[in-house]
Amino acid sequence: MATANTATNSAAAHDHHDHEHHDNFITKYIFTTDHKMIGKQFLITGMLWAFIGGLMSVIFRLQLGFPDMNLEWLRPLLGGWITADGALDPEFYLALVTMHGTIMVFFVLTAGLSGTFSNFLIPLQIGARDMASGFMNMLSYWFFFVSSVIMFISLFIESGPASGGWVVYPPLSALEQAMPGSGLGMTLWLIAMTFFIASSLLGGINYITTVINLRTKGMSFSRLPLTIWAFFLTAIIGLLSFPVLFSAALLLVFDRSFGTSFYLSDIYIGGEALPNTGGSPVLYQHLFWFLGHPEVYIVLLPALGITSEIIATNSRKPIFGYKAMVISMLGITILSFVVWAHHMFVSGMNPFLGSIFMFLTLIIAIPSAVKVFNYLTTLWRGNLIFTPGMLFSIGLVSFFISGGLTGIFLGNSAIDIQLHDTYFVVAHFHLVMGSASFFGLMAGVYHWFPKMFGRMMDARLGYVHFWLTFIGVYLVFFPMHYIGIAGFPRRYYSWTTFEFTNMYTDLNMFVSVAAIITFAAQLIFVFNFFYSMYRGRVATLNPWRSNTLEWTTPLHPGHGNWPGEIPTVYRWPYDYSKPGAEEDYIPQTVPLSATPESNLPHEQELVKLEKEIIADEEADLVANEARQV
Amino acid sequence: MYGFLIAVGVLLLVSIIWMVYRIQTLVSVMKGSDKKIATGSNKINAFMFVLFLVGAGILMFWYSIKEFDNYQLPIASEHGIVTDQLFWITMAVTGVIFIITHILLFWFPYKYQYKESRKASFYPDNNKLEVIWTVVPAIVLALLVIGGWKAWSDITAPAPENSHVVEIMGYQFAWEVRYPGMDNVLGEHDYRLTSASNVSGIDFTDKNSLDDFTSPVVVIPKGEPVLFKIRARDVLHSVFAPHMRLKMDAVPGMPTRFWFTPIKTTEEMRAELNDPEFVYEIACTEICGRGHFSMKKEIRVVEPDEYRKWLADQKPYIVNNPSLVADLPEELKELAAITISEHK
Repeated sequence: MATANTATNSAAAHDHHDHEHHDNFITKYIFTTDHKMIGKQFLITGMLWAFIGGLMSVIFRLQLGFPDMNLEWLRPLLGGWITADGALDPEFYLALVTMHGTIMVFFVLTAGLSGTFSNFLIPLQIGARDMASGFMNMLSYWFFFVSSVIMFISLFIESGPASGGWVVYPPLSALEQAMPGSGLGMTLWLIAMTFFIASSLLGGINYITTVINLRTKGMSFSRLPLTIWAFFLTAIIGLLSFPVLFSAALLLVFDRSFGTSFYLSDIYIGGEALPNTGGSPVLYQHLFWFLGHPEVYIVLLPALGITSEIIATNSRKPIFGYKAMVISMLGITILSFVVWAHHMFVSGMNPFLGSIFMFLTLIIAIPSAVKVFNYLTTLWRGNLIFTPGMLFSIGLVSFFISGGLTGIFLGNSAIDIQLHDTYFVVAHFHLVMGSASFFGLMAGVYHWFPKMFGRMMDARLGYVHFWLTFIGVYLVFFPMHYIGIAGFPRRYYSWTTFEFTNMYTDLNMFVSVAAIITFAAQLIFVFNFFYSMYRGRVATLNPWRSNTLEWTTPLHPGHGNWPGEIPTVYRWPYDYSKPGAEEDYIPQTVPLSATPESNLPHEQELVKLEKEIIADEEADLVANEARQV
Repeated sequence: MYGFLIAVGVLLLVSIIWMVYRIQTLVSVMKGSDKKIATGSNKINAFMFVLFLVGAGILMFWYSIKEFDNYQLPIASEHGIVTDQLFWITMAVTGVIFIITHILLFWFPYKYQYKESRKASFYPDNNKLEVIWTVVPAIVLALLVIGGWKAWSDITAPAPENSHVVEIMGYQFAWEVRYPGMDNVLGEHDYRLTSASNVSGIDFTDKNSLDDFTSPVVVIPKGEPVLFKIRARDVLHSVFAPHMRLKMDAVPGMPTRFWFTPIKTTEEMRAELNDPEFVYEIACTEICGRGHFSMKKEIRVVEPDEYRKWLADQKPYIVNNPSLVADLPEELKELAAITISEHK
C-alpha cells in the first residue's frame, strides 16, 4: 500500500518535471500561461510605467515650484517642448499632467497593482493550479502590453500626447482645433484605452471565475483570505464599469471622426461655427464617472486587501472583524456605483441630483470608517513585527484616514462649490487613492517577494525606503490642502496671473523639493528589488510565519504550484496567537482535529465532521490507487 | 573637467555606500540576526512612529495657525458665510477624528511592538463594537449632510425676481460679459451668428438685444441679488469667483446659472485688508487648453447708487457698432435707431 502510494506520487512528479523541460525561453518568460509569471510581467511593466509617470510629475513640479528656472538642460529629453527662452511649453505642461494621471491611475495602480497581485495570489491563496483560463490570462497581459506600447508611442509624436486632463472631457478632447494634443495624441489615447479595457475585462472574468470555481477542498468563501475577497470584488467592479468607459470612449470616437454630436453642441471655434447640435458634454461626464468613481475602488480595494493580510500576519493577531471587513468591502462595491455624480456638483447638472448624490456619497464613508477602526483594533494588543511590508501597510492606513476625511468635505455639495477643482481635491485623491494604493503595492511586493523570487529583499533598505517615502508623501501632499483652501485651481501652468494665487511660492517650492526627494528615494527600492532578485538572502519556506496557502508551496513553485496533491483547507486564515496553541500561528492546512488544545468550543464540534471527511477522502484515495494498480 | 570630477565623486560615494551595505549585511549574517523574528530595528521603527506623530503634529499645528490669514480667503457673498461655516464645522469634526485615529495608529506600534515573552491577544471579533462604529459615524455624517443639503438647496434655488442679470460667456481664453440693459432681459443668441464684431453671437432680430451692452469688468451692486447666466462658446470652462464662493461650469450648448448676493464692495474689502490693489477675480477651473491659467476677469462690487449711475452710462453694442443692425428688417431698424439716438 505504502509502496503504491509513493510510486504514484513520484510518477506525478516525474510527469510534471517532464512538462517543465518543454518550456523554452519564450513560453516561460514571454508568452507564458503561468499565473505567477504573468503577475511578474504586470509588476515589471507597472514599475516601468511608475517610473515614467513619476518622472513626469517631477518635471511639472519643477515648473510649479521654480517657474523662473531655465530648463534648457531638459532639451535633450524634451526637445521642442522647451520654448526658446528655456521654459516649459504650457501645452506640454497640460500633456504632462494628463499623462501622469492616465499612467498612474490605469497603468500603475490598476494593471500594476490588481494585475500583479490578483494574478499572483488568487491561485496560490485559494489552492488552485492556475487561473481558470491560462490563455485568456496571457491575452490579458498582452493586450495591456499593446496598450502600453501605443500609449508610449503617443508621448513622442509631434503634436504631443493627449492633454485634456486624464478625464479627457469633450469638447476639448473632441476638437483638434481646441489644442494640438486633441489630435493624433488623443486618437492614440483612445486606442490604447480600448486595449486596456479589453485587458482588464479578460483579467477580471478570469479572477472571478477562478475564485468561484477553483477553490480547493475546504476553502469556503468564509475561509478566504481578505486579499482574495478584495481581488474578487475588484474584478466584479471592473467587469461592470469598464464597459461603460468603453461606451464613453466609443461615442467620443464617433464625435471625433464620424461627425456625430453625442457630446457636441453649439460650438464656435477657430473662427468657424461647427454643424453639431443637440449633444451634451455632461453626458460624457456621466458615462466617464460611472467608471471613474468605481475605478477609485478598483485601485484601492486590492491595496486594502493586501494590507489586511499583512497587518494580521505581522500583528500576530486575527484581523479584527473578518465578517465586518467583508461586509464593508461588499458595501463599498455596491455603493461605488451610485456615487459617481459627486464629481459633477458644479457641472451644471440638476442641483436636485446633487442632493441625492451627496447623501449617497456620505453613506460610502461609513464602511470606510468601519475598516479603519478594524485595522486599529487589529493592531491593539498585538505583537507587532515591523517588516517593510508591515510599515507600508500602517502607512496606507494613515493615508486612508487623512485622504478619506477630506472626502467628507468634497462629498458635501455646498462645501464642494469652493473646493471643486482646486488643490484640495489634488491633495485628497493623491492621499486616499494614489499614495494609499501605492503603499498597498509596495507592501505587497515586500511581503510576497520571497514567494515570487525565492529570496528576501533587504529589510534595512526597506525601512529607509519606507520612512523617506512616508514622510515625503506627507510633505508633498499635506501642504496642498492649504493652497487648496486658498482656492488655487488645478492644472494651472503658472500662479502669477491672479492676485489670489500670487502667493505661496515658498510652499510650492517646498512641495517640489519634497517631490523630487521622494521620487529619488524610490531608486532605493529599485536597487533593492533587482539586487535581491539575484543576490538576496535565500528565503525560508514561510518567512513571515503566515497561515495562508501560498507558503505551503515549494520555494520555487513550478507551473501547477504544488508538486503533489493540492492541500486541503480546514480553518480560516487568521488563527494567529490562538490561546493554547504552541506556535503563534496555525496554517490553514492544519486540521482542527490536530489541534485539540487550541480549538474553540464550536470548532470542537466541527472536529467530528472533519474526521468523517478525512476518512472519506482516504477511502477515495485507496479506491483510486486500487484502480491505477 | 568638472563633469569628470563630479563623476569620480559620485562613483566614490556609491562605492562607499555599497561597502557599508555589504558589511552590514555580512555582520547581520554573522550575528545571526536574520534568524531572529524581530531585531533591534523593530524598536527603532516603533519609536519612529511616535517621533513622526509628535513631529508632524507640531508642524501641522504651527503652520495651520501661522498661515491662517493667508489661506482663509475673505468672504464676499451671503451664501459664502454659510458654506464657510459648514467647512469649518466639518473641519472640527474630521479634525478630532483625524487626531484621535492617528494617535492610536502611531502609538499602538510603539506600545505593542514585538516582545518574545508576550503573546498577542486572540480577539477576532466583537459585534457590539462593530455596531457602535457603524452607527456613530452614520449619525455624525447624517448631521453634516443635512447641514450641507440645506445650504445647497438655498444656493441652487431659483434666483429672486429682482436679480441683476449678467451673462458670462467663456471662450478660449477669456470671458465675455454681457448686460441685459434697461429691460433686464438678455437678447437671444445663436452661436452661428458669432463673428469678430459679435463675440457673443447675439441675435439682434430679438428686440431685447438692442439695449444689451458689454463691459470689460463685471460691475455688480452690493447687497442685491445677482444672477450669473453662464455659457461657453467652444469648450468647457468654469466660472470661479473665489471670494464669492462661487463656481459653475460653462458648458457649450447648455446654459448654466449661479446667483448670489455680494456683501462687501471692492472699496470696503480694500480697506478691510489694507490692500489698495485688491480686486475680486474670476478664474477658470475647468481645463480648457493652453491659456487655461490666464482667463481672468475682474468683478467690481459697488454701492447700489453707484451701480445705477454706472448702468445709465453704458452704451449698447449697437451704439458702438451700428453695422450690427444694418441688415435688420425695417421696423426693428427704427427701434434700433431710437436706441442709438437715446444713448448719444
